[in-house]
Amino acid sequence: MDEIQSLLQGFVVVLTLKNIALMFTGIVLGVIIGVLPGLGGANGVAILLPLTFSMSQAPGGTTSAIILLSCIYWGALFGGAITSILFNIPGEPWSVATTFDGYPLAQKGRAGAALTAAFTSSFVGALVAVIVITFLSPIVAGFALEFGPPEFFAVYLLTFCAFVGMSKEPPFKTLATMMLGFALAAVGTDPVTGTLRLTFGSTHLLTGFDFLIAVIGLFGIGEILLTLEEGLAFKGAQAKMNIKVVLETWKELPKYWLTSIRSSAVGCFMGIVPGGATPASFMSYGVARRFSKDGDKFGTGIVEGVVAPETAAHAAGTAALLPMLTLGVPGSPTAAVLLGGLLIWGLQPGPLLFVEQKDFVWGLIASMYLGNIVGLIVVLTCVPLFAAILRVPFSVIAPIIMVICAIGAYTVHNSIFDVWMMLVFGVMGYVFKKLQYPLAPLVLAIVLGDRAESSFRQAMLVAQGDMSVFFSNALVGSLTGLALFLLFWPLMSMLWSKLRRGI
Amino acid sequence: MRNLFERVAGSMVAMTAMAALPQAVLAQAWEPTKTVEFIIPAGTGGGADQMARAAQGIIAKHKLMKQAMVVVNKAGGAGAEGFLDVKGAQGDPHKIIITLSNLFTTPLATGVPFNWRDLTPVKMLALDQFVLWTNVSKPYKSAKEYIAAAKAAGPNKFKMAGTGAKQEDQIITAAIEQLTGTKFIYVPFKGGGDVAVQLVGNHADSTVNNPIEAVAHWRGGKLKPLCVFDPKRMPYKTKVTDTMSWSDIPTCKESGLDVDYLMLRGIFMPGGVTPAQVQYYVELFRKVQATPEWKDLMERGAFNQTSLEGKEYADWVAREEARHIQLMKAARFIAGQ
Repeated sequence: MDEIQSLLQGFVVVLTLKNIALMFTGIVLGVIIGVLPGLGGANGVAILLPLTFSMSQAPGGTTSAIILLSCIYWGALFGGAITSILFNIPGEPWSVATTFDGYPLAQKGRAGAALTAAFTSSFVGALVAVIVITFLSPIVAGFALEFGPPEFFAVYLLTFCAFVGMSKEPPFKTLATMMLGFALAAVGTDPVTGTLRLTFGSTHLLTGFDFLIAVIGLFGIGEILLTLEEGLAFKGAQAKMNIKVVLETWKELPKYWLTSIRSSAVGCFMGIVPGGATPASFMSYGVARRFSKDGDKFGTGIVEGVVAPETAAHAAGTAALLPMLTLGVPGSPTAAVLLGGLLIWGLQPGPLLFVEQKDFVWGLIASMYLGNIVGLIVVLTCVPLFAAILRVPFSVIAPIIMVICAIGAYTVHNSIFDVWMMLVFGVMGYVFKKLQYPLAPLVLAIVLGDRAESSFRQAMLVAQGDMSVFFSNALVGSLTGLALFLLFWPLMSMLWSKLRRGI
Repeated sequence: MRNLFERVAGSMVAMTAMAALPQAVLAQAWEPTKTVEFIIPAGTGGGADQMARAAQGIIAKHKLMKQAMVVVNKAGGAGAEGFLDVKGAQGDPHKIIITLSNLFTTPLATGVPFNWRDLTPVKMLALDQFVLWTNVSKPYKSAKEYIAAAKAAGPNKFKMAGTGAKQEDQIITAAIEQLTGTKFIYVPFKGGGDVAVQLVGNHADSTVNNPIEAVAHWRGGKLKPLCVFDPKRMPYKTKVTDTMSWSDIPTCKESGLDVDYLMLRGIFMPGGVTPAQVQYYVELFRKVQATPEWKDLMERGAFNQTSLEGKEYADWVAREEARHIQLMKAARFIAGQ
């Protein structure tokens, strides 16, 4: 086994005191970055990039540099879940789906269990993805080359259909919020003609509506408004603060092995394609809700509803490094910054990286194993601490959350206008919840609307307007077919049960 | 102590250099008094971002500046966000911006109220090259053959993948179209890396990727360069693949495709700053350019190392603007046209 040999070599490179120290530093920084909404992994890594520049000049320094940066990334992947579960504020885009069950769990007083499940399944997802990278990278890397615009659109379509077709909300409410999301996603620059649209002459709207601002407002501020109305208290105040909660949750987790496998597969696929961690988490949540025995209980606060998105998000986030290394295509915004880092350090991502920079590549892969173990230990030991935050009186913590949200919204583009937009989205979130419109389709449309639109229009350009391009080969055909199948599944199962009753 | 000595020595050198320039004699030395904001009118991970962050790293490593420098991405509206920010910071000497071709293309294509004359030109850092690439599986041996094939296939048959809409890649495509009379399907993607992979995966027929965006696939034997859009061949003679170096790539003009295009990587400041403030940044980036790390970066990205300052730089920018207006007018890329 060549791979095992190389991997062991990688461990030799990584296991120095300096690198382990960097690993811890990176993870802790990453968790903090992940917790603070607005300051995403991409920003965090970008800020530290110049620091690594002088680091990379020393012999073996590029490996140390990538360890520091990639560990920030792992830390951010872990950290994003914390505020989602505790306060319903996703720290990172990929932890939006974690709020659906994580937050209700916390309200039931099971914040510790939700956090443990989130961290553990993140770890499992990452582990599966690293194993895939270790042993299958040459085969898998080529797969991404098959993806042109029609294939990418089919993947996004699949995400929408998996999530919407599986939804239990009234279909027209789902459709309405999703369309609103698409409209918001369309503001800014037209990706194909390069002209501005829906900005109404305002320079503030040039950048469009950033997903993070919408999410911080809709979820964070909206939730605080609701809590204000319902009485000034956290429902999860009786949360256990014992480290034992970790062990208890671990006993429960093996029950969800099938969900884990499915979510890891979805995550690896989306990471390699590369579709990204955010769609992976949504798709995985939707699929889990349909195929789980407890599908009806999804959204009411069950552990399985945390396992599915977290596993997929972390698997995708990790697998996204593969196309970055082998093709120079970043699978996520953070991977894009890491890619910039590699180029600045003088490394050339691409097919030859695995041959010419063996030490670097295998050092990085080895650090993925170790970094995630370190990360798991760091975050798990902090579970009681995080859960204890819920014991702080609401009247103390709510203003703090508001301030953190405002800072987060400001950080995204360094613009005070975004803070106002966050408040507008907060009121919108409150109204939506009062009228029982689902927020998830809106958020999904804002995140993916842009990308889905770009790939659809690219595909139309390539095919000169011929829609049959979405069935033009086996790959795109089966993706589109699967998407349509998932979309119409509820209708089909309804018809099927009617037919059976008729007989 | 050594640092102090170096700094004193450095500023003495700088002062002598300034004394040598007649227009600088009157200007009093100026230095930043707080953190300098370095704006990138593009997203994280792109070419401008890499260059700005490398410069920031070099400045920090060699302690070229007493105050700190922070890099901020303002990519909204094809960079309009960043340019408008600098335009609005009239007289602020603690703000600099690195530009791409969107300095010209964005205001023209979107009608955003902004022109480079609202800013103060500081220094050209380098010019970025564009190379015409195809997949190695394609039979074309030269740009001439490729263009002939595109012409023979008829309009809207050959696909050109590129970065962004109505920006440099599409303008080069338009220039080729205007010269040869054929028409490509231009497919815009988000980043140069994506564009290169689309070509490797045979989802497009050609690209005009920057060297650094496609070099890995060239070395990996997936892509081949047909010609470079620089009037002169690239000077880098170190072998990149087993048989070829950057300087072995013919110019497009040599290959019968008389189109040239280079992209500005230059520094600007807000309007209304003093000559002494401009001079400070000119000196700063001269020092950056003298470091071995910068020279390395130039060679790796096969940059054209033309680096103008002062009036020459402003004249160059004015000429380029006129050329962009002409190219974009002919291609009907101008807003409200």
